[in-house]
Amino acid sequence: MRGVDIDVQAASSMGIVGESGSGKTVMCRAAMGLLRGGNVRSSGSVVFDGDEIGNLPSADVRKYFGTGMAMIFQDPMTALNPVRRIGSQLAESLVIRLGMNKKAARDRAAELLALVRIPDPEATLRKFPGQLSGGMRQRVVIATAIACKPKLLFADEPTTALDVTVQAQILELLSDLRRDLNMAMALVTHDLGVVANHTDYVTVLYAGLVVEQAPTTKLFTSMRMPYTEALLKSIPRLDQPSGGRMPMIGGRLPDPTNPEPGCPFAPRCPYVQDRCRSEVPPLTTAADGHVYRCFYPIGGHG
Amino acid sequence: MAGSGKAHLRPSSDPILSVEDLVVEFKAAGRESIKAVSGISFDLIRGETLAVVGESGCGKSTLGKAILRLIPSSGGSVSFEGRDLLALPDDELRQMRPAMQMIFQDPVSSLDPRFSVARLVEEPLAIWARGTVEERSKRVDELLEAVGLDAHLVRDRKPYEFSGGQCQRISIARSLALEPMLLVCDEPVSALDVSVQAQILNLLQDMKERYGLTMVFISHDLAVVKAVSTRIMVMYLGKVCEVAGPDTIYAQPRHHYTHALVSSIPLPDPNAPRVRTAIEGEPPSPANPPSGCRFRTRCPAATDECAVEEPQLTEVAPGHFVACHHPR
Repeated sequence: MRGVDIDVQAASSMGIVGESGSGKTVMCRAAMGLLRGGNVRSSGSVVFDGDEIGNLPSADVRKYFGTGMAMIFQDPMTALNPVRRIGSQLAESLVIRLGMNKKAARDRAAELLALVRIPDPEATLRKFPGQLSGGMRQRVVIATAIACKPKLLFADEPTTALDVTVQAQILELLSDLRRDLNMAMALVTHDLGVVANHTDYVTVLYAGLVVEQAPTTKLFTSMRMPYTEALLKSIPRLDQPSGGRMPMIGGRLPDPTNPEPGCPFAPRCPYVQDRCRSEVPPLTTAADGHVYRCFYPIGGHG
Repeated sequence: MAGSGKAHLRPSSDPILSVEDLVVEFKAAGRESIKAVSGISFDLIRGETLAVVGESGCGKSTLGKAILRLIPSSGGSVSFEGRDLLALPDDELRQMRPAMQMIFQDPVSSLDPRFSVARLVEEPLAIWARGTVEERSKRVDELLEAVGLDAHLVRDRKPYEFSGGQCQRISIARSLALEPMLLVCDEPVSALDVSVQAQILNLLQDMKERYGLTMVFISHDLAVVKAVSTRIMVMYLGKVCEVAGPDTIYAQPRHHYTHALVSSIPLPDPNAPRVRTAIEGEPPSPANPPSGCRFRTRCPAATDECAVEEPQLTEVAPGHFVACHHPR
């Protein structure tokens, strides 16, 4: 990550988009204070709800978990403990964070399962994760994340491991919960199709840099960044004729251990010019608030 | 969909692969058995790409493995180049193996981490004793270049030094080494980023043209399949729902399940009309499938008839087959 600035407004939804290795997961974990240790060097600040938490010791950051921030991970298979019943895993944070007694926590756990639209919540409380399908497990993970009504939910590729029909259900569920609980959400994904209908703002990351940031509708109608355009074009579309070649981005992400000078997208960019190979373009904010990082944006500056 | 029937077969056009009433069962707890593939028929004409689409657990991967006889089937026939694979003795089946190859979903775990790239691609040639050592080495270089890798740079490296997309290229080179006629691809791009997906799909198209391949392409992603296939077969709970050409199936899905799949695909367009969840719930257990049409428990158009009688594949338009009592 290199100097990333992202603001998620209360009760709004921010999509964070990029390829594998673009730094989207690292960003989420750093923001939640989960990246600590001898081999991590970080600087900058993380402000949550007016409090600076970027430099707090882990134990103090943890106080914000559950009631302040919560996270949904990509793989619903590994996010749950396989040898504990769903009910006990769900009740855990209610007892610890909200100080509920066991009986109340169990009742609330059943309510939460109903809230994430799991049929027969009482029976599900007694099940182990292995007895549920991937989609059902992801619903349980969502229930655990929203158990203490967080103000901000990080969803790190929440539907990537799921079938397309189940993905549609989970995305609807997240949007509805966000509205009902008045919760902000950072939705991390590599799929622009996922953010198009479920976010208010989108940030596009490339090689650890923010390369474009705009309200979702504006991003899709007038994108400035060649990378975003290439990413959008490479999505297989139903309205493209079949049998033809698909537009693609050649090459791959630059090696993060050995960054070349210039714009990190330059080697793959169809519009590249000499200047792009020697200078990193600064983050530019257009008059309409659209943020991009390019010397020669699509549609020009302005 | 739970449909059966063979209306969509084309025996007159000399299919390279013809599968009839294939049944694959797995033993479950107790004396139960689960029919993962429950009487599926299809055929493949030379040069065609058949896409097999459906949700997790619909039996599409099982089908892919069963037609190559990588797992045993409990009924039906698989005729490849005119010979019934399911009835062949083991040694004759082995002689057929070079002609049919498979690419797996996870490109990293399907390559032995201790082997160099050159050895991985050479292995099939060495097993079948094709050519001398020098000839094989030359062929390995050709294959690596064909899949877009720089042979001299990658030959001596190990799979862990490569990204998922590059590993998938190595897998493709390996599967093409013996010049197969039939290539079964089981979710070859599902583990890859959107940008890399397009690269691999284009590569498969190129390889298909260059080596005259016939392909079965298994995927849960209808959008991916559209780009590469000449015919699409939609599966639900071990049965066939709908068979049609790619453009027809997207423009006019006649099966309610296909329609739900098509409308579940997230569109990268915030102004597109927002469809509420097109389909509720998840598929029922294949251990105890619904009577009649297997999709009826989630189908918006289900009637009493659907619970009693299993729909058969019927031709609703030229080349478009649907197994539904009440097609859209």
